[in-house]
Amino acid sequence: MLKIKDLHAKAEDLKILKGVNLEINAGEVHAIMGPNGSGKSTLSSVVAGKEEYEMTRGEIKFEGEDITELDPEERAHKGIFLSFQYPVEIPGVSVTNFVRTAVNANRKARGQEDMPANEMLKLIREKSELLEIDRKFLSRSLNEGFSGGEKKRNEIFQMAMLDPKLAILDETDSGLDIDALRVVANGVNRLRREDNAVLVITHYQRLLEYIVPDYVHVMLDGKIVKSGTKELAFELEEKGYDWLKEEIAAQ
Amino acid sequence: MEFKDKLLSSFLAFEEQVNVNSDIHELRSKAIKEFETAGFPTKKQEAWKYTSLNKVLKHDYVVFPKKEHTIEYKDVEKYFIDDIDTYKIVFVDGVYVSHLSSTTHDKIDACLMSSAMTKSKYKPVIDNYFNKIAPKESLNSLNTAFSNEGAYIRIPKNTAADKPIQIVNFATGNESALFIQPRNLVVVEENSQVQIIERHHSLTDHPVLTNSVTEVYADKRAIVDYYKIQNDRPSASLIDNTFFEQHQESNCSVHTFSFGGNITRNNLNFYQKGERIESTLKGVTVIEGKQHVDHNTLVHHMQPNCESHQDYKGIYGGSSTGVFNGKIMVDKIAQKINAFQSNNNILMDDKATINSKPQLEIFADDVRCSHGCTIGQLDEDALFYLQTRGIPFKQARALLMYAFSSNVLDSVRIPELKKRINLLIALKLGVNVGFDL
Repeated sequence: MLKIKDLHAKAEDLKILKGVNLEINAGEVHAIMGPNGSGKSTLSSVVAGKEEYEMTRGEIKFEGEDITELDPEERAHKGIFLSFQYPVEIPGVSVTNFVRTAVNANRKARGQEDMPANEMLKLIREKSELLEIDRKFLSRSLNEGFSGGEKKRNEIFQMAMLDPKLAILDETDSGLDIDALRVVANGVNRLRREDNAVLVITHYQRLLEYIVPDYVHVMLDGKIVKSGTKELAFELEEKGYDWLKEEIAAQ
Repeated sequence: MEFKDKLLSSFLAFEEQVNVNSDIHELRSKAIKEFETAGFPTKKQEAWKYTSLNKVLKHDYVVFPKKEHTIEYKDVEKYFIDDIDTYKIVFVDGVYVSHLSSTTHDKIDACLMSSAMTKSKYKPVIDNYFNKIAPKESLNSLNTAFSNEGAYIRIPKNTAADKPIQIVNFATGNESALFIQPRNLVVVEENSQVQIIERHHSLTDHPVLTNSVTEVYADKRAIVDYYKIQNDRPSASLIDNTFFEQHQESNCSVHTFSFGGNITRNNLNFYQKGERIESTLKGVTVIEGKQHVDHNTLVHHMQPNCESHQDYKGIYGGSSTGVFNGKIMVDKIAQKINAFQSNNNILMDDKATINSKPQLEIFADDVRCSHGCTIGQLDEDALFYLQTRGIPFKQARALLMYAFSSNVLDSVRIPELKKRINLLIALKLGVNVGFDL
């Protein structure tokens, strides 16, 4: 589904990604772990199409198609979704109106009519229940005054509404207490299917107890330096990143 | 002939139409002299530094339009907030039109300045309040000199107006170029309330210049909400001079929605003459092309323990120009004042301009005054966020601009009006934002 080859990217003059290789297939859950500043969030932004970053080398293919020249919205239309670490506040636009706008924008791009209002309401009800979101929440301005947990739940709610092929969850666990984490993880798990995939970007192994990955990758200094199964996450949790740095230095 | 000279000689003709042996006419005669001395404001004056009237004064305006028109309600329905019941005071080319209006004398007066100025039962109110709040300056004086029509609103003690009042001034193309000077007086007595919606609209593309003066007197504990819709054609210019005198514990607000017109100048002054007063001045400006909107505000805190809130948002496209000149004065005895002012602007194009100038003159030492001004483009991160949800760039931009201006609408207390303004903003931004506004 997603194939990243030798990806290099920089922001202004700072090289951040220095040759990332990653392949994600339908039905899989991948996790990328790594210390602060290793390039995890940059990788997710580059895949989603943020202009701030300049790709200097490599390729990103989504379902066999080169997407590096596509605008962020075009990537979204193809089925890539990015859950933000810091979702943006949009005063005056309710959660309901926002998801309605987003759903219909995607339908339009795919040549479909607007979703009928009753169908939309039904879908909103169904997906909000999945994330344990109550009605009052839906009429609030998007992310304005939301707690950390509410913001993240709202991100996954949008993911549920848009039903992407590839969902990238950037630090979705940050700022969540254990109950909120469980709700969010449960939402993500119930959205998993054979034909979609999830990429979890995280600092800590904690989230991976709930969203269990098939593969774990470790990112250090702009590169994926080690890949393995979920056991790698436990090992990192126990030993930190320093042993890996030493191991690489020794090579 | 220069327009000023034309006006001075027109005054003589005007005197033949009105009762010159009245107190009002004494005020008019004084006022025309004030105007003769002062003339029109020029860019040399600090308050007019960024707005030149030269171009709009070049037209050969008709000062006394013919009293002919054939406007039916259905032709102009869309300019009214018509989904709620309101009183309406409607003028076409400065002349009152009864079949478009719905006035009242039941409990409150929502009627005509022309009758208030001539009928004896209104004389005490006119004597007490007319021309008492507006400073005797060139444009106000010019309006006073020719004052004979406009809206007269009086809400007696302990009364809440049962519905909002709409004041609508239409201009037609019966004359080539038209100069109109409405004069409104609003007196809201103790413990009383009123909501007013005002609009000026030209029905043709002939040049129109409106020099409007509105005086609002808010007595103790009065609540006045005034809404101004400025969405005129590019051929129409408006100078709106509005003055509020507030007394103890009164609460007054003005929301100005500027979406269209050639030159729009808003002179909006608040004089706080009692304690525990609240004044709110808010505005949303969305313009493009060569349009020009100038907000010139003054809040004069003359007594202690009062508040004022100013929040003006502007979105400027094309080669349009915006001006915000906000002055806050705090007298020495006016301690414990909270005065807030903010002016935030987005420039959509390289040729768009905004001149923003806060002016604070504070003579009291125990006050909280804050002002902030921003000029910028839209937040890139916010745009990216919307785009990752599949919302195309243009639509995302419109949604963010809508969000940027929307908080000014929070304080609009007439839901139908809020809905209408939302719709106008969405239309101005030229994008279907994807949901019913």
